[in-house]
Amino acid sequence: MDLDALIQTSGSWLKGTGPDADIVVSSRIRLARNLARFPFVSRADDELRSQIESLLRQRVMELPSANRFQYVNVDQLEQLDRQFLVERQLISREHADSHGSRGVAISDEEHVSLMINEEDHLRIQVLQSGLSLENCWELISRIDGQLEEELTFCFDQRLGYLTACPTNVGTGIRVSVMLHLPALVLTKEVQKVFTALQKINLAVRGLYGEGSQAMGDFYQISNQITLGKSEQQIIDNLKDVVPNIIKYERKVRNELVHKRRHELHDEISRAYGILQTAQTISSEETMQRLSSVRMGINLELIDDLGIPAVNELLIHTQPAHLQKHCNSELEVRERNQARAAFLRQRLAQRRGENN
Amino acid sequence: MKKCRRCSKPATLHITELREGDVHELHLCETCYHEYLDYSESATPEEESTEISIEITGDQSLEEIDQLLCSKCGISFREFRSQGRLGCPHDYTEFEAELMPLLENIHGETQHCGKLPAQASDSSQQQYKLIRLRKELQSAVASEAYETAAELRDTIESIEVDLDRPKSSENPLDSPP
Repeated sequence: MDLDALIQTSGSWLKGTGPDADIVVSSRIRLARNLARFPFVSRADDELRSQIESLLRQRVMELPSANRFQYVNVDQLEQLDRQFLVERQLISREHADSHGSRGVAISDEEHVSLMINEEDHLRIQVLQSGLSLENCWELISRIDGQLEEELTFCFDQRLGYLTACPTNVGTGIRVSVMLHLPALVLTKEVQKVFTALQKINLAVRGLYGEGSQAMGDFYQISNQITLGKSEQQIIDNLKDVVPNIIKYERKVRNELVHKRRHELHDEISRAYGILQTAQTISSEETMQRLSSVRMGINLELIDDLGIPAVNELLIHTQPAHLQKHCNSELEVRERNQARAAFLRQRLAQRRGENN
Repeated sequence: MKKCRRCSKPATLHITELREGDVHELHLCETCYHEYLDYSESATPEEESTEISIEITGDQSLEEIDQLLCSKCGISFREFRSQGRLGCPHDYTEFEAELMPLLENIHGETQHCGKLPAQASDSSQQQYKLIRLRKELQSAVASEAYETAAELRDTIESIEVDLDRPKSSENPLDSPP
């Protein structure tokens, strides 16, 4: 696959066009599946991993929609390119850092990715912009069904689909939404939301998945339970709670606009200013400023930049993306300068497009 | 200005970690922050154990249970506990007694009622439909949607007649012979 071509574009799920896309950045569903005749990945030696990868790759690339898939042998990639795929949310960090034969099939629009030999033999992922869990489910379920026509996944009458980790057994499904909650973070009310979510068995994580810190007011909410509920019930549980969070965030945003308009406008303008003119900037600060700018666009305090542009910048200012843009490996200090240069250039360009 | 948690330079990055319902704040300088990022999964300064702990209810001690081995892939229960991953599908049978309470803990349930493989037999499919319908009936009654509940009850009864099963809404499915 031509990863260098990817650097010019962004996944369709970043277009910011789905329902409630001002607050719900994206929706994601992933299914975990394992072949019946093999041990799980952690117990499979390199020889077995090769066999598994070969078998699954063949079936995946025979799918009806595979004419719009590209396959990448992750084990043959340079470290930088693996990091690049992690930043684009097409593979997990675990997949990048693992060993042995493993790969990923990616759709042209980057909304579908199928990882082979990650924690489980197969992890199917569908990403959509905004709150679109039903669309995700329809697509992923179809792909799963098509794969099952040719493959036998290990399945038990009582425990459902068997997975390497008991936390995934049963449906093997992880349903999540990525939310942007700057107002709730600003007023420190976001903790209330997390506590409430934990009570109904929903997990909350900062941007970029497991064990990471909350950068830029972006949070991912997902189900913790995968057994004893149907996929639709799990999806509905999440779907039912998200509108409440959206309402809460919108309410607090409106209050901020009414009570602290000048302060807010100033903070947003300064953030925008910094992004456009800084000579060196860390990724952490970039996330923070982009978060303010994103809120500013939603509140119509910034009108010469669009949400898709901000969404794209969130990805393209990440370390591996920057290094690919510059076509070289960079140390932290150089990256911070490259990031600033990239932001200045892109923001000038986008503003030009919007005017 | 706060000091970096790991070295004594000034902290320029302030991280909020959400771990199991608790909020932890970390203050790091840029260098230590990048190490923290690279350290991915186990990036907890206190080296928090990711080991799974289980309840001992029977006669066996933890040491005895830990030595259980899967006859197919050779993984020991101890290895499973320390890496959080099983070795092969057969482990679910081999370690059944130890895993059931764990599953109950994690999911609150131990009977799958979601999608099943397309190759499943008709009677399996019907049985799954029953499980799902019974769950829906439970929710309908809990949310006082009595009309829906009545409809569900009718559907359940007609499927049960089809399958020639005794009319009981509480029996978990028997495993196939």
